[in-house]
Amino acid sequence: MKIGCPKEIFKGENRIAMTPESAKHLQKLGYECVVQSGAGDNSNFSDKDYKDAGVKVLKNADQLWKESDIILKVRGPEKSEISKMKSGQQIISFIWPGQNKLLLESLKKKKVTVQAMDMIPRISRAQKMDALSSMANIAGYRAVIEAGNQFGRFFTGQITAAGKIPPAKILVIGAGVAGLAAIGTAKSMGAIVRSFDVRPEVAEQIESMGAEFLMLDFDTDGSGEGGYAKPASKEFIKKEMELFRSQAPELDIVITTALIPGMPAPKLWPKEMVNLMKPGSVIVDLAAEQGGNCDLTVPNKMIETKNKVKIIGYTDLPSRMATQASTLYSTNTRHLMDDLTPKKDGIPFINMEDDVIRGATVIHNGEITFPPPKPKVAAIAKHINQNIKERAPEELALDKINAEKKAGKIQVSSLIIGACLMWLIGMYAPSEFMQHFIVFILSCFVGFQVIWNVSHALHTPLMAITNAISGIIILGALLQMETTNNIVSVLALISIFIATINIVGGFMVTKRMLAMFQRS
Amino acid sequence: MTIGLLTASYITSSVLFILALGGLSNQEKAKRAVWYGIVGMAIAVIATLLGKEIFLTEWLEWLIAAIIIGSIIGIIVAKKVQMTGMPQLVAALHSFVGLAAVFIGINSALLPHLELSNTQLIIHNVEVFLGVFIGAITFTGSIIAFGKLSEIISGKALIIPARHPLNVIMFLGCLFLGYLFLTHVGNWTIIAMTIIAFLIGAHLVLAIGGADMPVVVSMLNSYSGWAAAATGFMLGNDLLIVTGALVGSSGAILSYIMCKAMNRNFISVILGGWGDSTGPAMDIDGEMIAIDIETVATAINEANTIVIVPGYGMAVAQAQSAVSELTSRLRAKKKKVRFGIHPVAGRLPGHMNVLLAEAKVPYDIVLEMDEINSDFPDTDVVIILGANDIVNPAAEEDPNSPIAGMPVLQVWKAKQVFISKRGQGRGYSGIENPLFFKENSRMVYGDAKKSLDSILQHIN
Repeated sequence: MKIGCPKEIFKGENRIAMTPESAKHLQKLGYECVVQSGAGDNSNFSDKDYKDAGVKVLKNADQLWKESDIILKVRGPEKSEISKMKSGQQIISFIWPGQNKLLLESLKKKKVTVQAMDMIPRISRAQKMDALSSMANIAGYRAVIEAGNQFGRFFTGQITAAGKIPPAKILVIGAGVAGLAAIGTAKSMGAIVRSFDVRPEVAEQIESMGAEFLMLDFDTDGSGEGGYAKPASKEFIKKEMELFRSQAPELDIVITTALIPGMPAPKLWPKEMVNLMKPGSVIVDLAAEQGGNCDLTVPNKMIETKNKVKIIGYTDLPSRMATQASTLYSTNTRHLMDDLTPKKDGIPFINMEDDVIRGATVIHNGEITFPPPKPKVAAIAKHINQNIKERAPEELALDKINAEKKAGKIQVSSLIIGACLMWLIGMYAPSEFMQHFIVFILSCFVGFQVIWNVSHALHTPLMAITNAISGIIILGALLQMETTNNIVSVLALISIFIATINIVGGFMVTKRMLAMFQRS
Repeated sequence: MTIGLLTASYITSSVLFILALGGLSNQEKAKRAVWYGIVGMAIAVIATLLGKEIFLTEWLEWLIAAIIIGSIIGIIVAKKVQMTGMPQLVAALHSFVGLAAVFIGINSALLPHLELSNTQLIIHNVEVFLGVFIGAITFTGSIIAFGKLSEIISGKALIIPARHPLNVIMFLGCLFLGYLFLTHVGNWTIIAMTIIAFLIGAHLVLAIGGADMPVVVSMLNSYSGWAAAATGFMLGNDLLIVTGALVGSSGAILSYIMCKAMNRNFISVILGGWGDSTGPAMDIDGEMIAIDIETVATAINEANTIVIVPGYGMAVAQAQSAVSELTSRLRAKKKKVRFGIHPVAGRLPGHMNVLLAEAKVPYDIVLEMDEINSDFPDTDVVIILGANDIVNPAAEEDPNSPIAGMPVLQVWKAKQVFISKRGQGRGYSGIENPLFFKENSRMVYGDAKKSLDSILQHIN
């Protein structure tokens, strides 16, 4: 079958869905590849590059749409493109079916099959096709570059002959792929990076990138299905705003990346925060396309507020790095084709039992199959909520007091029982026995106190030495030697003999062992 | 020697014994502590000899001979014993104390006690009974433990049907014979009781599996102390009481520590066999993947932090010197090498520490479970040498596992785990170890010493 890649017609879109490199792989799967002349120009792939890779270059889009069985695109199809579609064609591109119901309806009428790159489930097996992540990675990087372009200072702190330069302080809100990429980029440029996310489990990832995780003292987990965040409660937002309010005056650059699937972007950086910021600060709103995390964001524009804060609302950050973005996106699409062509015979097989393919397919033979059922595999192993451990200090103190009270009660009652037992024995036993008994009980106590301090590593020597001193039983045998009863003497003699082995052997072996313990 | 002097000597000995045990709180003090013990013992024996004018006995030559020969045997045994054989030696020595207690008790029953009043006589006879009973159990129990540890007897738990009723019947029989003994039926009763107690001791330890041996050995340690204390009561000798109590409580604490380390109830350990599990064991996904020596060596060469977890297998293979060599080579390459020791690793409390010390592994890099568990996530490579149950994640992950709740070394949190193991078999407890099936686990089959020696060839 024939895979075609037309030139993107969306204004300002520089990416392309098939590179010469990915075309080679697609051909290995048994497909024929065609590309529209000049489609790769903006990503620096020339027609010649495609021809060299064995791709047929077609003059115009009409011809391409007519010839191709499968169309690879970046942006979702526009009206003019839909009119060129033919029944049974397969389209692979970003679709955003949740936000674009009308597009879905018009595609349905064309009786085509559509795979939405944005609907690939976020499970480990599908990471190689996860175009959202690869684009987010670029967006995160580019966000820092754009911010640096507008920011009037160094990122890194320097002490020079011409004076001291403080490091830039950057806050990254939302530690998804874009957020983490932004953290990494900003960090490597020398800035002080802080980050906030509603999902506590990403704290580790944030810290692994070298940023400081801003902890919110709140007992809720913002993780939703499929590795995304879910909407937060009112109280949570209030706390969150308090945190941002305290941070805003210090910050030089804010990069917001917060998105909730299928909903407008949450407003995390209201006008109030912008007003708190210093002149010359920069805000980059990566959620601009979904309405923006900042109140003042204008999509696709950079604006400057009255207090000289620049707000960047570009929605085409990946497209601004077209070569890189095309390379990654085309790799994602060819991996999807790989999964769609299990027999490598150039004929796609849409297996609706496969979680990944099922998720991506939004229209199948003219039937809308969106939304897909929930993925069977959890996207990210759910972390056990660790907040439980972090209880308030007062509670802990209370627990401790309770535990001590309980221990005290047990001790007192066992003392009372013990004392009663002693009295019982004392009532009948002769005084001589009671005197020995005192010695015995006290020795037990001394023993317990002493042994608890013995180091764990010395437990074997402890056994050996207690072995040696339990040879003290030799005294009993010695005392019995003075008798005239022969049986008694023989038994005592044997006892002396074996007790001696015990004493001498025990002490010697203890010494030998202890001599071996050496400090490095 | 007057009674006053004798008592003074006994007090000195008691204090020295306490200092000897207390000195084991750290390695440096401990070396001095042994001398306290030796001096204490010498004072006690000499004072007793002088005090009771035992030189007058016609058995004097025999007495001297017994002490001399006993000392020589003691010295030879102590010099010859291999550090891996320490558990057997300790068990054997316990049996001696037990047997001595039995003999002394029987002697005491044979000797007339005309000076005692009726109540005193009853108390005395109860003491004789206790001393002999505990001594007898210690004796046969230790012999069986010795046999199991030196693999003369199978390490498997011997579970005969109706073993609990049998134990109860034997115990009641002892009590009944004890009652007869108190009512002066005759000295045969104490002999009969001794024989039954021998059976109880043997049966108790036979029913306990090899993996529980650390508890058994420390429990017998405790018994030998109580036997000495009972003998002390019987003879009215305070030094025996003090020493017996010290040893008894020491063994009791060790048993408690061991049980806690295995999350086992002391009673269920003593009664033998694993507790019944409450459901089917968790299914294990994945497979055991074997790996060759070169790859292990490469991984070790590349790692910065390495933790070695030794188990009984290291002792069996006598691999401690190879381990030591590996450690010193890696440390020379500025790698962070440490050891993680589980409290019940080996067959004796602290067994691994002694073996590593013998191989000259510095003790400050040998850490306890609690000290090292939190460091596993930051560890590049964990090497497990013949350990199984103490690194079994089922203890934490599978509530149905027989070892559920037992604290274990969380080695699976490390980036890479290499497991040196003799074969694909299960551990001493006979349960499957999901660790071996984890993604970051690789198996190195074969004798631990041979494997280490070949790894050493790739590391210089």
